[in-house]
Amino acid sequence: MPLSDIDEVIVTNSLTKVYPGGVRAVDGLDLSVRRGEIFGLLGPNGAGKTTTAGMLTTRVIPTSGEALVGGIDVVRHPTAAKQVIGVVPQTNTLDRALSVSENLYFHGRYFGMNKSTARAETSRLLDQFRLADRADVVVDSLSGGMAQRLMVARAIMHRPAILFLDEPTAGLDPQSRIALWDILGELHVDGQTILLTTHYMEEADALCNRVAIIDHGKLLALDTPRQLKQSVGIDAMVTVTAAGDLDQLATVLGESISAATSVEAVDGHVRVWVRQLSGVLPAIIEAAERNGFAVSDLSSTEPTLETVFISLTGKELRE
Amino acid sequence: MTIAPTASSTPEFASSTRTATRKAFMALFLRDLAVLRKQLGQFLPRTLLQPFLLVFVFTYVFPKIGQGVGGTTGGEAQFSTMLVAGVVGLAIMFQGIQSVALPMVQEFGYTREIEDRVLAPMPVSLVAMEKVASGAFNGLFAALLVFPIAAIVPATPVHLAIDWPVLLTLTPLACFMCGALGLAFGTIFDSRTVPLLFGIVVLPLTFLGAIYYPWKSLEAIPWLQVLVLVNPLVYMCEGFRAALTNVGHMSLLVVYPVMIAFSALFTWVGIRNFKRRVLS
Repeated sequence: MPLSDIDEVIVTNSLTKVYPGGVRAVDGLDLSVRRGEIFGLLGPNGAGKTTTAGMLTTRVIPTSGEALVGGIDVVRHPTAAKQVIGVVPQTNTLDRALSVSENLYFHGRYFGMNKSTARAETSRLLDQFRLADRADVVVDSLSGGMAQRLMVARAIMHRPAILFLDEPTAGLDPQSRIALWDILGELHVDGQTILLTTHYMEEADALCNRVAIIDHGKLLALDTPRQLKQSVGIDAMVTVTAAGDLDQLATVLGESISAATSVEAVDGHVRVWVRQLSGVLPAIIEAAERNGFAVSDLSSTEPTLETVFISLTGKELRE
Repeated sequence: MTIAPTASSTPEFASSTRTATRKAFMALFLRDLAVLRKQLGQFLPRTLLQPFLLVFVFTYVFPKIGQGVGGTTGGEAQFSTMLVAGVVGLAIMFQGIQSVALPMVQEFGYTREIEDRVLAPMPVSLVAMEKVASGAFNGLFAALLVFPIAAIVPATPVHLAIDWPVLLTLTPLACFMCGALGLAFGTIFDSRTVPLLFGIVVLPLTFLGAIYYPWKSLEAIPWLQVLVLVNPLVYMCEGFRAALTNVGHMSLLVVYPVMIAFSALFTWVGIRNFKRRVLS
C-alpha cells in the first residue's frame, strides 16, 4: 500500500524491550499515531520514552512485539524504515568534520539526492531555518538553539513520513525552546507527522494533538490533552502543607470537605481533589485548624497533564 | 513547503532498498573524501613526516656520518632497498589507525555522531564497511605519496625490482586489511582506553613488523621469528618486499592467505563490535 494511503503512520503491538539484566524498559506498548498529528510520549525520566523512540527508529531491537512505521516493519526491514523516518536525537550528533551547509548537503546525498537537488534543498533549508549566514562555519561554533535547528532541518530534509524528536527542548534556553515550538507548529501545518518524547508537561500540552502518558514502560493513558485533563473529573487539586500527622489530616479533610473526590497524604503534603473549588480553601483551613493542624501553605491548581500524571501514578512527573 | 512523503518512499523493499543502500554507501564515501580534502593540511604532514624521518635518519644520516646500518660492507645500500617495503607498509597501516580507528573512537565517544550515520538508509554493517573502504583509500593514497620518499631520499642507491602482478594485487589487499584493522581497533578501544592503542599495540606492531629487517633475518633469534608471526604487518612488509625489490622475503604462498585471513578476522570483529555499540 502506498505510504500516502496509510492513515496510521506508526503502529506498535505489544512492543516490549527487556534489556540485559532484566530491566523491562518498555512493556507491552500498543500505540497508533495518525497521519499529520503531533503525538507526544509524556513520562518521567526512565519511563521508556527514549527506548520506544529507539525501537521505532531501528536503533533498539525489540525483545518482542511489533512496530510499524509508514506500514514498514522496523525489525524486518530497517533499511526501508530508515528511508521514511527523520530523527532529532537528544544529543548533538551533527558531523563535526563538516560545515553547517555540508551537514545538510551530505545528509541529502545519504538519502539518495543527486548533487543539484541536495544543493538546492540545502540552501532552501538554510533560509527556512535562519542559518544562511552560518552556512560555512564549523558546527561546533553554533549555539545550542542553532545546532538544534540544524538537526531539525537535517531530519526533515529527505521528506520523512514521520519526524521523531527525543526530548527536543531539554537543555535549551527558554527563547530557543519557544522558537523550536514555532518551527514544529509550522511543520505541523504543512502536514508533517511528528512524534516527540518529553518530560515537560507544558510542552506536551502546548504542542501535541494527542498525548500518551507512560511510566515504567506501560501506557497509562492516551488522549488529547484536553480530554486527559477532563478525565480526571475534578475542578482543581489543592495541596495543603501543614505540620503534624498528615494521614490524620487527610482523614479529617476527607470527612469535612464535601466537594472532595479524593484526599491523600503524599510527600509531606495533603492533596485534596475537588469537583468545585469555590469556598473550599477557607473550609480546608477552618477544618484543619479546628482539629489542631497549623496550615503553613495552601495552593490550588487547575488540572494539568501533571495532575493527570499524579492521579494516574500518585507521584509527580519531575522526580 | 510540502512534506507529503514522495512516491519513492513507498516500501517496494527489495529493489528500492538496494538502490538506497548503494547511494548511501557512495555518499558516505564521498563524505569521507570531502573530509580528506578539507583536512589535507593535516593529512600530509601526519602521513609524510614519519616515513621521511625514518628514511632520512637510517639511510641518509647514518651512511653520511659513517655509522653503519645493515652490518657488512655494502649493507647500507641493501638496507635502503630493504627499508622501502617497510616504509610503504607502515604508511598504509597508519592510515588504518589515523583515518578509521581514531575518528571512530571520537564518533562513538563524546560526539555520538555515529548515531546519525547509522540512520542512513543502509544496513548498519555496511556503514562499518564503508569505513573500511575509506580507510583503504586513504592507505593507497598514503602509499603513493610515501613510495617516492623511500626511493629517492636515501644517500645510497635503492635497487627496485617491481613485480607488477604482485604489486597490483597485494596493494589493494594490504589497504583493505589495514582499513579493517582500523575498524576493529576503532570499535575495541574507546576514548578512555585509546592511549593504550599506541602504547601497547601500535608500538610493538611497528617495531616487530619486519619493517627494519626482513623476517628471514630473524632466524638468528628463533623464538622472536615465531612470535612475530602474529603481527599482520610482517606479512604486509614481506609482501611489499616481494613486490618492490629483490630482497629475500617470506613465501607469497604464505603472505596472501594470511593477509586474507587477517582481513576476514578484522572485518568480522569490527562489524560485530560496531553493531553491538550502535544497536541495543
